[in-house]
Amino acid sequence: MGYIESYLALSAILFVLGLYTVSTRRNAVAILMGVELILNAANINFIAFSKFVTHSLDGHVVTIFVVMLAAAEAAVALAIVLNMYNNTGHINVDEANSLKQ
Amino acid sequence: MADLIFWLFWGLTVASASIVAFSKNLIYAVFSLLGTFIGVAAMYIFLNADFVAVTQIVIYVGGILVLLIFGIMLTNRITQTVISESSFQKMFGLTVVFAVLIMVLIPVLGHTWTNGEPMAFQETIHQIGTLLFTDYILLFEVASILLLGALIGAATLARKER
Repeated sequence: MGYIESYLALSAILFVLGLYTVSTRRNAVAILMGVELILNAANINFIAFSKFVTHSLDGHVVTIFVVMLAAAEAAVALAIVLNMYNNTGHINVDEANSLKQ
Repeated sequence: MADLIFWLFWGLTVASASIVAFSKNLIYAVFSLLGTFIGVAAMYIFLNADFVAVTQIVIYVGGILVLLIFGIMLTNRITQTVISESSFQKMFGLTVVFAVLIMVLIPVLGHTWTNGEPMAFQETIHQIGTLLFTDYILLFEVASILLLGALIGAATLARKER
């Protein structure tokens, strides 16, 4: 709890699991979940360095911006996914090869 | 006691993130994402970031997770009771990902990061507000334009064609 390494290791594991999700899933919504994991891993690092290394709150501000970006990204991406489902009947990213039917 | 609670949340985060990555059932994956978000919020609390922890719970659990569940529900047929989905190139993915984990962990754990005593707990909301409106004012304004663009973009994309 008092060591930065435990947070950095958690962040690395979360990042790697998110990377695995993004690279192997076929479902577009599952890929979005992987992106959220990666963003959370980055946020843990920002806050951990803010407490243990820089002793300032700049990391907190950056984290708030990242969370805000994640929310905007999820909304737009889900709108695109819904459109893709209406056009093609599936949301498998490995079969998506056209923007319009 | 605090150590025990910390490692409990640490384990919760890793376990539920693994379910997100490896579960065959998409519904299990999205609900275990809830455990990940709550575990990460607990990490923020252990790191003295009270405001960020509350923001994490409100935006991620209250907003993004609900959006993701809607996305899954709306993109599957009603008759399909088990929402499962396949992965591809699992072995290749596992190999690459394991290599990346080793490559990240070795330099990260071998380096001495700490710089004096860690910051003691203090109330952060006032300082974050001051930072947002002084050092980060440009970023703040750009973020508002980006949110407006995302709002209009999502509404335009999701609207039914007439």
